[in-house]
Amino acid sequence: MSLLEVKDLHTSFFTPAGEVKAVNGISFTIEKGEVLGIVGESGSGKSVTAYSVMQILSHPGKIVSGSIKFKGQELIGAEDKVLNSIKGNKISMIFQDPMTSLNPVYTIQNQLLEAILLHTDRNKNDAEKRALELLKMVGVNDPSKRLKQYPHELSGGMRQRVMIAMAIACEPDILIADEPTTALDVTIQAQILDIIQNLQKELGMATILITHDLGVVAGLCDNIIVMYGGKIAEKGTTNQIFYSPKHEYTKGLMRSIPSSVEKGKRLVPIGGVPIDLLNLPQGCAFSPRCDKAMKICLKQNLEHIEAEEGHFTSCWATVKEIIEKENIEGGVLENGK
Amino acid sequence: MENKTINHKNEAYLLEIKNLEQYFNIKTGFLKTSPLKAVDDISFAIKKGETLGLVGESGCGKTTVGRTILNLYKPTGGEIFHNGVKIDNRKAIKQFRRKAAMVFQDPYSSLNPRMTVGDIIGEPLDVHKLYSTRDERKQKIQELMTLVGLSSEHSTRYVHEFSGGQRQRIGIARALAVNPEFIVCDEPVSALDVSIQAQVINMFKDLQEQLNLTYLFIAHDIHVVEHISNRIAVMYLGKIVEIADTEDLTNHSLHPYTVSLMSAVPIANPEKARKRKRIILEGDVPSPLNVPSGCSFRTRCPHATEICANKTPLLKEVRKNHYVSCHHVEKN
Repeated sequence: MSLLEVKDLHTSFFTPAGEVKAVNGISFTIEKGEVLGIVGESGSGKSVTAYSVMQILSHPGKIVSGSIKFKGQELIGAEDKVLNSIKGNKISMIFQDPMTSLNPVYTIQNQLLEAILLHTDRNKNDAEKRALELLKMVGVNDPSKRLKQYPHELSGGMRQRVMIAMAIACEPDILIADEPTTALDVTIQAQILDIIQNLQKELGMATILITHDLGVVAGLCDNIIVMYGGKIAEKGTTNQIFYSPKHEYTKGLMRSIPSSVEKGKRLVPIGGVPIDLLNLPQGCAFSPRCDKAMKICLKQNLEHIEAEEGHFTSCWATVKEIIEKENIEGGVLENGK
Repeated sequence: MENKTINHKNEAYLLEIKNLEQYFNIKTGFLKTSPLKAVDDISFAIKKGETLGLVGESGCGKTTVGRTILNLYKPTGGEIFHNGVKIDNRKAIKQFRRKAAMVFQDPYSSLNPRMTVGDIIGEPLDVHKLYSTRDERKQKIQELMTLVGLSSEHSTRYVHEFSGGQRQRIGIARALAVNPEFIVCDEPVSALDVSIQAQVINMFKDLQEQLNLTYLFIAHDIHVVEHISNRIAVMYLGKIVEIADTEDLTNHSLHPYTVSLMSAVPIANPEKARKRKRIILEGDVPSPLNVPSGCSFRTRCPHATEICANKTPLLKEVRKNHYVSCHHVEKN
């Protein structure tokens, strides 16, 4: 049994302009101690996936269908009592913006104690000791002084550390980090990633790292999911994704990052404009921007195909490759544009 | 360097910045103000047709440098020369601004939502009276839109109808309206997604070749700066700590801050990322209101010694065209 099993999850936002299918049928599992990276551009549905797992979607967002199982227990439609014992306790989350996710009118101590007292049966004295210990674990200098301070007195990096301390307060099984370093500077980013990596090893928690930065996942993750338009474009081990990407979107991404090309050479951008979630294309979500789109790409969506062991892609081009390799003839695979 | 427009023989500088200072007075108490040294004694020069990259973390003053050069803030000290002419009076500023433009970071807030795209791009033309008839104005706007890859039929639309990448193109078209020779690009791609970022970076390069532009390219993403710049300057707390040719700076960085910055940048290559040794700096950037004495980096520097606290290091040429301000970097 997997630690977390997400199956055919659909999450939509019901806006006046229509239904925005932010997450459009994704499935994945995460095992104990695994570090899973979810990468994608803005609007690809990576954060909404996390919010769905945590069930903290705000109006007008709603999980339409699918299943999320934590240690075999179904979370969708579960009673509040069950959810409250899991949220923040067994599965916890770090948010993108440490500036706005702490309450400005309470001290750090107050906010840390809230998490500890709510989920454990420690008394206040023990909880205070625990808070101090947590701050030390995440590398906050002078922790006893910090406890008395308010969020505005701390720097961005310090605030993110406090957020991490809060998230690991109950030694969760799964830590979801939603763009944990996007709002931070490079040198601070390195500190925070280092802390997450060390804590992950120390506590053995499974970690879902959501980011748009391919560089961040490269050094940290065991497995990677690439999302586009609310769907999983490709998933596999880190090496598979980086060294033999199968989906045309992943290939495009790899070509368009400045560090991937030789100096002085031009970047190869992905053409077109980002996807409009109100008007999803009929076939593959990436087909309007894809140079290699075939007739079938425009018509039909491919759930996924296993290109090599553990490496799944939803790209018809991979199917074509396989067919060509096997010498099967088929008229559907002609150029469609 | 493939850029052929650099004139190495007589080193004609388009822009020369000498000891530039920009202090802001910040209220720090009742009736008490203290100077915030956003830019503190900075000197550099940009050759015609060159791209100088400016990197640093937030709050290091890189945006202020860009804005002060264009006189959006009046510099509190130092001198700016454009083609040898000192920019210090109204006439000079006005003339300089017809030759210089700026592209802003946030394409969502730097364009007026109540103006049509045509009017946004046409505004610099109006300000500098660069046309004689309405038709000429319209034609110029259409030319500019085509130049940046927008459809000229869209000139009557409003900004909200465009995506982030397209908005940044509008911002660039506005900057190009005055037919500038120098553009300050202030984090022009950091608000964009990776796939769109590449489109805009390519466009900056194409426009540079086509129109012989000179850029001051400000960004915090070293990979982007590395890709587009001929030379790079690294800033820390209002000062330039290192400046060198791109190759030299990225492969042989000398200042401890640059070294750690380079090692901290995530690289999209799992093998390299796992193998390389990262130098993780301790602590945070000190407040610019309370800059450490001597070398401002010493509080986080792994090599700091006594001299660093007592003496402010100067920017010295340690190799050809490679300037570093550190007591511990030997000249060789």
